Amino acid sequence: MKQQLVYLAHARSGDKGDKADLSLFAPDQAIYDLLVREVTAERVSEHFSELITGKVERFEVPNLLALKFVLHGALNGGASRSLRSDALGKSLASALLRMEIDE
Amino acid sequence: MKSVRIAGGLGFYGDSWQPIKASIERGNVQYVTSDHLAELTLAILQKDRLRDANLGYTRDLAPMLLDLLPLAMPRGVKFVLNAGGLNPLAAREVLLNALKKAGLHLKIGVVLGDSVLEHLDELQSMGVSLAHMDTGEAIAGVREKLLFASAYLGARPIVEALDEGADIVLTGRVADAALFLAPMMHEFGWRWDEWDKLAQGMVVGHLLECSGQATGGNFGGDWRAIPDLAHIGYPIAEVWESGEALITKAPDTGGRVTFDTLREQLLYEVHDPAHYLTPDVDVDMTTLRLEEVGPDQVRVTGASGRPAPETLKIVAGYADGVMGQAMLGYAWPDALAKARAAAEIIQQQMREIGLKAEETLVEYPGYNSIHGPLADPTHAEDLNEVYLRIAVRCADKQEAAKLGRLFPPLALSGPPFIGGAGGMLEPRGLLGIWPTLAPRGVIEEYIRVSVEES
Repeated sequence: MKQQLVYLAHARSGDKGDKADLSLFAPDQAIYDLLVREVTAERVSEHFSELITGKVERFEVPNLLALKFVLHGALNGGASRSLRSDALGKSLASALLRMEIDE
Repeated sequence: MKSVRIAGGLGFYGDSWQPIKASIERGNVQYVTSDHLAELTLAILQKDRLRDANLGYTRDLAPMLLDLLPLAMPRGVKFVLNAGGLNPLAAREVLLNALKKAGLHLKIGVVLGDSVLEHLDELQSMGVSLAHMDTGEAIAGVREKLLFASAYLGARPIVEALDEGADIVLTGRVADAALFLAPMMHEFGWRWDEWDKLAQGMVVGHLLECSGQATGGNFGGDWRAIPDLAHIGYPIAEVWESGEALITKAPDTGGRVTFDTLREQLLYEVHDPAHYLTPDVDVDMTTLRLEEVGPDQVRVTGASGRPAPETLKIVAGYADGVMGQAMLGYAWPDALAKARAAAEIIQQQMREIGLKAEETLVEYPGYNSIHGPLADPTHAEDLNEVYLRIAVRCADKQEAAKLGRLFPPLALSGPPFIGGAGGMLEPRGLLGIWPTLAPRGVIEEYIRVSVEES
């Protein structure tokens, strides 16, 4: 069954230069394991393909039941040169929560 | 065991200092450490400094301290602030004058040496490439356009100022978390190679550096469950000599301190959590534990550290064009269709007047201006209202201003049912950011610390 991430996890995002930095947090170990399996760097890269120009890196943080994604070339050159309303990428975390995964 | 209590101050230039009052009055803190400089802030300060050579610091400094010192001084609370921005000496001057006028006598320390723009030639002649640290691009293309270049310093010079008896320490660019490590080093005398303790200190600093983001602000979880954000308490850390720490907030304040609010802040903007690189230690967050031990009390243990990196990060900024932008709202029915029709009219007129834009962005606030291409189109055709926003990147202000002048005629000669015509927005200078690296030893040679009394 498909499930949207917003019903499974919470998230926060920030910026460093032209990189967006997204963290995804699971409420428990089972959902963390599911996220590790389903929310791969490739899937995230595909999800944001129209917004970013670079690669996506993923880091696992099992002690916090969290996944960290770094999106390169994600902010139209960076907050201080971006034309976007969300220049700082603060809402990219919630855009990630739109993703649907197989449960 | 000896401990120190540190209050998180501002999280950025423009943040509120009202919550710091509760931390001082009811939080039993000995230090307030305040981060005024987001990456973007230096761009704002650079514009100030271009206008007036005596500016370039965050101008909330004196009003904030004049408001807080009557509470802080009787309790012996000290301050560490990076409000010096691009001009810490000017910041001290302004603060000294303000304190004298108020009849307050305090020692103010200043840390200099982070601003390395004038040293870039020297660095290059020593063989430092200053290439872009993410893309590897050579600096030559932007070198002449650079407006500032600031190295991220560590905690040492702040500790020096505290050791010399400073009540207030003003810095420019310092790694945000290092601002918080400094009072721990001063109080405990940890050695600079006790990596695990330094790592704990940096983790605490990182948890506190974004003010309300640790205590329920900007919380991505169940945000409705966070009480009384209008009176949010900023985070407070109690750190023991062993490195163990407790994160809490002042009693009778809003917000929450929980495993969830803290893990969101802990990973915020750190990239690789196993290698959170700071000037003083390479922090591994994957070994630490956050445990709720009471209401609004979370214990932090187990961060581990590896030796500090041999290089320090420099962030430089360069002029990268001017943004012109304009907005207008459209009402139901067919709000989005009308906004799109207006966008076409404007873009056609842009071509006809030959407006030279290196980049044009069309967004529809109320529909997709925040999520862009990821916005859900399900209800797009039946929105109550939507705005049209067009932004352009141009070579200069004059060119960018042309966009704004195309919008007013839409009121009478465009699609019907408009609102929110707010007048023309001023074009704004854009800054490209150039992150790079330089050997620590070279940068540290530039550092100077001085303490003066008001």
